[in-house]
Amino acid sequence: MTLIKETDYGTPESKSEKMITLTIDGKSVTVPEGTSIMRAAMESGTEIPKLCATDSIKAFGSCRLCVIEVEGRFGTPASCTTPVAPGISVKTQTPRLAAIRKGVMELYISDHPLDCLTCAANGDCELQDMAGAVGLRDVRYGYDGANHVFARNSGEANFDWKPKDESNPYFSYDPSKCIVCNRCVRACEEVQGTFALTISGRGFDSRVSAGMDEAFFESECVSCGACVQACPTATLTEKSVIAIGQPEHSEVTTCAYCGVGCTFKAEMRGEEVVRLVPWKDGKANHGHSCIKGRFAYGYAHHGDRITEPMIRETIDQPWRVVSWDEALDFATSRMKAVQEKYGRNSIGAISSSRCTNEETYLVQKLVRAGYGNNNIDTCARVCHSPTGYGLNQAFGTSAGTQDFDSVDDADVILVIGANPTDAHPVFGSRMKKRLREGAKLIVIDPRRIDLVRSPHIQSDYHLPLKPGTNVAMVTALAHVIVMEGLANETFIRSRCDWEEYQDWATFVSRPENSPEALAATLGVSAADVRGAARLYATGGNAAIYYGLGVTEHAQGSTAVMGIANLAMATGNLGRRGVGVNPLRGQNNVQGSCDMGSFPHELPGYQHISGDKARAVFEEDWGVKLDREPGLRIPSMFDSAIEGLFKGLYVQGEDILQSDPDTRHVSAALANMECVIVQDLFLVETANYAHVFLPGATFLEKDGTFTNAERRIQRIRKVMSPKNGYGDWEITQLLANRLGMNWTYTNPSEIMDEIARLTPSFSGVSFEKLDRDGSVQWPCNDEAPNGMPIMHVEGFARGKGKFVITEYVPTDEKVGPRFPLLLTTGRILSQYNVGAQTRRTENSRWHEEDLLEIHPHDAEERGVHDGDWLKVQSRAGETTLRAKVTDRVAPGVVYTTFHHPMTQANVITTDNSDWATNCPEYKVTAVQISTSNGPTEWQERYRELSETSRRIAGAVDAAE
Amino acid sequence: MSHNSVEKLVKMANQIGAFFGAQKASQSAAGMAEHLMKFWDPRMRALIIEHVAHGGTGLDPIALEAVKKLPPVK
Repeated sequence: MTLIKETDYGTPESKSEKMITLTIDGKSVTVPEGTSIMRAAMESGTEIPKLCATDSIKAFGSCRLCVIEVEGRFGTPASCTTPVAPGISVKTQTPRLAAIRKGVMELYISDHPLDCLTCAANGDCELQDMAGAVGLRDVRYGYDGANHVFARNSGEANFDWKPKDESNPYFSYDPSKCIVCNRCVRACEEVQGTFALTISGRGFDSRVSAGMDEAFFESECVSCGACVQACPTATLTEKSVIAIGQPEHSEVTTCAYCGVGCTFKAEMRGEEVVRLVPWKDGKANHGHSCIKGRFAYGYAHHGDRITEPMIRETIDQPWRVVSWDEALDFATSRMKAVQEKYGRNSIGAISSSRCTNEETYLVQKLVRAGYGNNNIDTCARVCHSPTGYGLNQAFGTSAGTQDFDSVDDADVILVIGANPTDAHPVFGSRMKKRLREGAKLIVIDPRRIDLVRSPHIQSDYHLPLKPGTNVAMVTALAHVIVMEGLANETFIRSRCDWEEYQDWATFVSRPENSPEALAATLGVSAADVRGAARLYATGGNAAIYYGLGVTEHAQGSTAVMGIANLAMATGNLGRRGVGVNPLRGQNNVQGSCDMGSFPHELPGYQHISGDKARAVFEEDWGVKLDREPGLRIPSMFDSAIEGLFKGLYVQGEDILQSDPDTRHVSAALANMECVIVQDLFLVETANYAHVFLPGATFLEKDGTFTNAERRIQRIRKVMSPKNGYGDWEITQLLANRLGMNWTYTNPSEIMDEIARLTPSFSGVSFEKLDRDGSVQWPCNDEAPNGMPIMHVEGFARGKGKFVITEYVPTDEKVGPRFPLLLTTGRILSQYNVGAQTRRTENSRWHEEDLLEIHPHDAEERGVHDGDWLKVQSRAGETTLRAKVTDRVAPGVVYTTFHHPMTQANVITTDNSDWATNCPEYKVTAVQISTSNGPTEWQERYRELSETSRRIAGAVDAAE
Repeated sequence: MSHNSVEKLVKMANQIGAFFGAQKASQSAAGMAEHLMKFWDPRMRALIIEHVAHGGTGLDPIALEAVKKLPPVK
């Protein structure tokens, strides 16, 4: 293993198809038109010295180190800003160039501290490298520096000198080391799109400045790490590098946070992670990252992590630390006893969208082949199950249609029920980049998300609809498209079922579906709806991006089909720049669905009742499978309350915190006789568990994740599991105690089995992934290298299906008792239930969940910013603090759900999507009143959590 | 079998009925029956079938028609 060093070509790649041939140092070089001479030289193996250039950002031409000579041209132009031209002859090294470069370096070094031996960048400093490259031997101006080097000059205070800014917990800013190359400022603008950094002062006084000359932490900096990565010196450095030193080897792995699926180099020293650096060749992130993936991996070593198995007879007892054997035997005998007493269908499992494909596959195999039923579900039930259902109905595949790169060709971007800059930040940055290039933007969201208006971004339409009215909105948009003759009938006739289209067109054309008729329902002006529909239909390539704000509704599946209708009606499918793109919440939501985690589906979305598909699995596994669909998560809870469902194996999910109607979930869990929780921490669900099996982090195991663009990517083990086993091994140990004789020695063997049994995965193997980096399924004989864009020639199901999407108002209505609508979302620094991110410094950005309330609603209730508020719904009540803001419309309140004590799900109800039972998290009717502090339920819950997390003291030494 | 559980199933069935009822009339009840076969576990189907056998109180006509199309649960 070695440290992966990516080549820096200095300037970005040119996408031109026209090729140019020139001569560099006597060598003939052919590159695309628009390529810089610097990049052309690097591609042919000649590294021109540079400081202000790096290939993630546009050329800047400030350092003057990269000068060259072009035969027949005057002067010494900068090679980063000079494009190639046909037939020119370039020299990269002449006595004149060498002298210029030496002179430049002398000036830089004359005002730079020379503490190289003790500098954190020692061994990874481009300034040092360039001093070496230009042969710098002396600095004629001396080494004392005027303003960067010393806090005091000749005993006098040096007011030009600035101390380090250590405010960000993950990186430090040391102005004394800055060479003002602007790379950080440009990375913040061009790559991240936050515009948090600037250069203050001019000339010799120039300094990198966060916000209005604030500390980094106080500024609008989002801590994505792009500036740190771009910095050529030790000015911006990871604190982990300062603490540990330079890494010595690295492995490419995939982030375990959101569905974007960024790939990172885990840079290591032995088994210690020095830092995670986004990988330039990563197809999902192209070298960019966010605060979570880049920095928030410290949970792996957090003191709360449990690394030994524990058991207890009843949940009121303290935990007892035991050996793996004892824990696994206990778990197995309990599950067996439950099945003997209550029947074959009385147990089941929940697989995790945070675990690998291989692990999820094994959990469903354990249930189907070992437990002998189909009671397997996954947390995708509560997020994107309507996507699976809806897109399968419309197109024939349960997945998004595009790759992320497709956004570069979008002319109109429609974001509905998603907040990419917070929940999918790296893709959010890509989207913002395209918007700055001129793409138009429509945002459909009850809340004014950052995309509506932020630096250099302004949506063309923001339709702040009332929560729960997505289907009415989508139908109103369709009404305009059909009635104004904007439908793409050529596309529809050739690609979709024409008769179904006509039925649908008749339906959407009804007067009651017009924006005018629906204006009051939506709370949005008809003119805006019409304008947005026209823009979507006529603005060129139009791409829809949606998230849980679409799916987590009583009509989630209908809304997904409505979105598919819009794309089909306008012909926005089957090429780059268009499509229907679900933004997946967790890293492996797509994968856990692909791997047969739903009770009605075998891997690859093959229905369990299909005799042919079942026979393939039965033969391979050597067991008979039940042909009936098993229990979904809500049915597991309902059955548990009825006393029929008594045993549950939960891998890597915190259902008690993440599922709606907490009281119902806790009552169900309390009614079970064997709850096995496999996780990193004693999560909330573990309060009700009898067996705790410690899990492994993504850094401690091998496997694959599948991101929102169907991209299968490797995760690689960089350290030994602290708990002793990868999660797939633990499932195998459980299975073998049931007599299943599994003999997997490596997850690659599990993937081979998946490929063997799943037609859409038949070409996937670890070997292929190691060779190609990643692949987007389907990957089989028809598409050996996967499929970045789907449905190019025709839909997977044949003809695209238009489905009638009648708006049915949710039962969750506002009234005198509960006059406000609560909707929920995420924040950048935290992830889902927060089990990981709350155990990192990320919590400093978001210490508690707040309730956003409009100033009008706040004033009516006498609520001020920061007040404790009681939030009541018909399901329960909780308290949290107020944040008065006009980001939410009057009548709407909003909160995040990252902290367990918030108990946001105590108030969410048992309403759910009609097709998939995905909970209606996004709409809860509530009342707000001021409060003195936590509710009785929160206090009781806190006590329960403390009691149920007790671990019995050290076992007697004699044992 | 608790009262609550059947009530929940009736609500769910009516929600499904509302969707399929909006589709082409010739397909709506059959479409809903197919949906129940594909996604509802046998216990849920048995409960709703039994509820319909006892009159099917609370179920909308389309849901009622669809449940009547379901084969008995083994």
